[in-house]
Amino acid sequence: MEPLEQLIARINSTFPGSEVSLMPNDAPSSQTSLLVSRKDGRRVAEFFKSDSLLRMDFLSNLTGVDWPDTVTKQKIKTKRNVDGVEKEIEETVETRKPGFLEVVYHLYSMELQHGPLIFRMRTENRVDGVHLPSLTPVWRGAELQEREVFDLYGVRFEGHPDLRRLLMWETFEDHPMRKDYVEPDDYEFEPTAHDEVLTKAKAYDSCAVALRT
Amino acid sequence: MSTSHLQLEAQTEPAFRVERRPAVEGGDLLEVSMGPQHPSTHGVFRMDVVLDGERIVKLKPVFGYLHRNHEKIAENSTYLGSMPYTDRLDYFCSLTNNWAYALTIEKLAGLQAPERAEYIRVITAELTRLQNHVCLIGFLLQDMGASGTPLMYAFREREAILDLFESLTGARMMCNYMRFGGCRVDLPAGWLEQASRVVDRFPRFLEEFDRLISGNEILAARTQGVGVLPRELAINASITGPVLRASGVNYDIRKVDKYGIYDRFAFRVPLGDHGDVYDRYMIRVLEMHESLAILRQAIRDIPPGPIMDPKAKIRGFKPKAGEAYGRIESPKGELGFYVISDGSPNPHRYRVRPPSLINLTVLEDMCLGQTVADSVIILGSIDIVLGEVDR
Amino acid sequence: MMDEGLRRELSRQGIFTTTLEGLYNWGRKNSIWPLQFGLACCAIEMIAASMARFDLARFGAEVFRPSPRQADLMIVAGTVTKKMAPQVVRLYNQMPEPKYVIAMGACAISGGPFKQGYNVLKGIDRYIPVDVHIPGCPPRPEALLHAFMTLQKRIDQQRLTGPSSPRHLKESEPSEFPIPAFGAHDLTPGKNPALWSPPKIIRGS
Repeated sequence: MEPLEQLIARINSTFPGSEVSLMPNDAPSSQTSLLVSRKDGRRVAEFFKSDSLLRMDFLSNLTGVDWPDTVTKQKIKTKRNVDGVEKEIEETVETRKPGFLEVVYHLYSMELQHGPLIFRMRTENRVDGVHLPSLTPVWRGAELQEREVFDLYGVRFEGHPDLRRLLMWETFEDHPMRKDYVEPDDYEFEPTAHDEVLTKAKAYDSCAVALRT
Repeated sequence: MSTSHLQLEAQTEPAFRVERRPAVEGGDLLEVSMGPQHPSTHGVFRMDVVLDGERIVKLKPVFGYLHRNHEKIAENSTYLGSMPYTDRLDYFCSLTNNWAYALTIEKLAGLQAPERAEYIRVITAELTRLQNHVCLIGFLLQDMGASGTPLMYAFREREAILDLFESLTGARMMCNYMRFGGCRVDLPAGWLEQASRVVDRFPRFLEEFDRLISGNEILAARTQGVGVLPRELAINASITGPVLRASGVNYDIRKVDKYGIYDRFAFRVPLGDHGDVYDRYMIRVLEMHESLAILRQAIRDIPPGPIMDPKAKIRGFKPKAGEAYGRIESPKGELGFYVISDGSPNPHRYRVRPPSLINLTVLEDMCLGQTVADSVIILGSIDIVLGEVDR
Repeated sequence: MMDEGLRRELSRQGIFTTTLEGLYNWGRKNSIWPLQFGLACCAIEMIAASMARFDLARFGAEVFRPSPRQADLMIVAGTVTKKMAPQVVRLYNQMPEPKYVIAMGACAISGGPFKQGYNVLKGIDRYIPVDVHIPGCPPRPEALLHAFMTLQKRIDQQRLTGPSSPRHLKESEPSEFPIPAFGAHDLTPGKNPALWSPPKIIRGS
């Protein structure tokens, strides 16, 4: 398979104005991927499938990833004039990076027997802008996997023929694979309670306090 | 029983669909929910079927009755802590599941299993394939009405293989044997001899089984031309494993990726012509013969040596931030693991690519126009295990 | 009750005596028909137990019935998920009395390794009464055979009259249990308080 840089150049020349960038991967697996923008997702996917050098006819894996909001604190020293005297003040600056949901696609070619070609798409945010184009019309293999991502992460795939929950029941309201999902508090403590289980146990029963000793 | 006039047309049109037969003019349709407790659905799987007489006009699979949150639990535990859970994905084939996961983490952390460990992996994986396929055929025939006998024979052979697993790993089913960069323990004394006895005896059983079943008129009548899966649809719907090869697509990950040391063994990839249930059955029979060929070569060639990569860390294992996707040819199809590490002791994202689930995408297409009784054997021929479908 | 010495004396003369209760229990304990009902991994070991090597037929229990209406015993073999739990309770309710439940494997007892799962029921005894628990993940077929023998012993010891008579002979004891409903976040209710309450751990010094 051609290098991804070359592939990006080819995509840009086929679809002028498309936003495709390279995502590095530091792991020894060296599986680098492409980040494709939402608006180009569908046509880039069709390009991957039909292009004679790629022929990515087999969508192997499709999965969601949750990237919650991150807050990084940084201490910055600034010089400021306080009461006429210049002082060096340390300030903590919080940078808030909004989170998003990401869907990762692993493509292979059965015809040319190469791969994987990995690309990903990101939603706008994790609350209301959770729409992505569905790739089920391109690869039927995405049908159940997109339903699963919708169920567990809450990504809405536009153009999916039958977007229902796959694993949980239909009246279920949460998206349990998200990092901020709070599971129902429905299991009692174990005899070997420690850490979080112990805190949970204490809330249930005063007897559990004896566990610490 | 209630009749209902359901909408025949699917709400929207998928990318690719087999032509469906129209319902009889003015006829009533019957809606049946098969499962989740049904003797033929191989576990807690449910099919909502709409019938016109005995013909299926609509079929919607319902999943999630065994959704055990494997991925969520894995994201909250250490990398190694997920290894025993992988056993319970496809609980017929714990060793291939172990291998797929170990392979992925080896890619993620840059580990390499030593030579002897690779051989042990091949031997255990092919033994797993043998017992999976033989049980599948037993269940398939059970679904067809051959109650008891073929399944008894299948389980008799399976027990011989499980004995091998037990003496190697300590457990019959949940082996939890492979580690990142190798295997947990070395082969016990006399294990290879016992394994080679099992391998030598197996063809006799296969031959007997073949004489009993393959030429059987009822089997041919029930399976030939039933549940045909066209080649283009199979590729488009990401079907993998024996189901894909029965439709004539030459794609075996053991040959394509050559993961482990599969490039050292001479074996053939059986392919089907028609893509019907009979082909899917025969592919498994032929694959068992090829597995035996691999096993004979591996047992002959296995070298002595270490079984763990010295670089591998069991405790405090923290791979660098990054991601990896690893896949193997499990007996059911392409089993993949996708892991994203953020540098902490537990993965940020842990995903299992379940072949059983994705192979069910085309269940409706294969069943439309067939009878209810056929839907049971079509489902049986896909070879699903609910632990992996729902995870 | 017949005197034990007289019974032995009669038996020496070739006369076999028994009680109606003994005969009834002997018949019941040797024909426990299980429901053909597998949930997860343990179901495979259950099937293995019914195959040639372990031969469950020795206990008169090889007749796996696909319909709950014909079954005496429910082997809850595997993880009960919250999505499946209402169906399990419904199946139990559909079984005729006398009926027994074996919780096979760690998952059916307590959720087992999947206890932290959001969709996993932490033990089937939250909704239906369980007679025999088998630990193990999965339990070996021998363990299932042991559970069968335990159940047979229990049936053999059941008194048909008097205050110690079993559950199914008491008018006041329920034979069906409420089926939980799917809620927005969890099953409602999360347990049957008449059957199950969280265990209290009391540790000595």
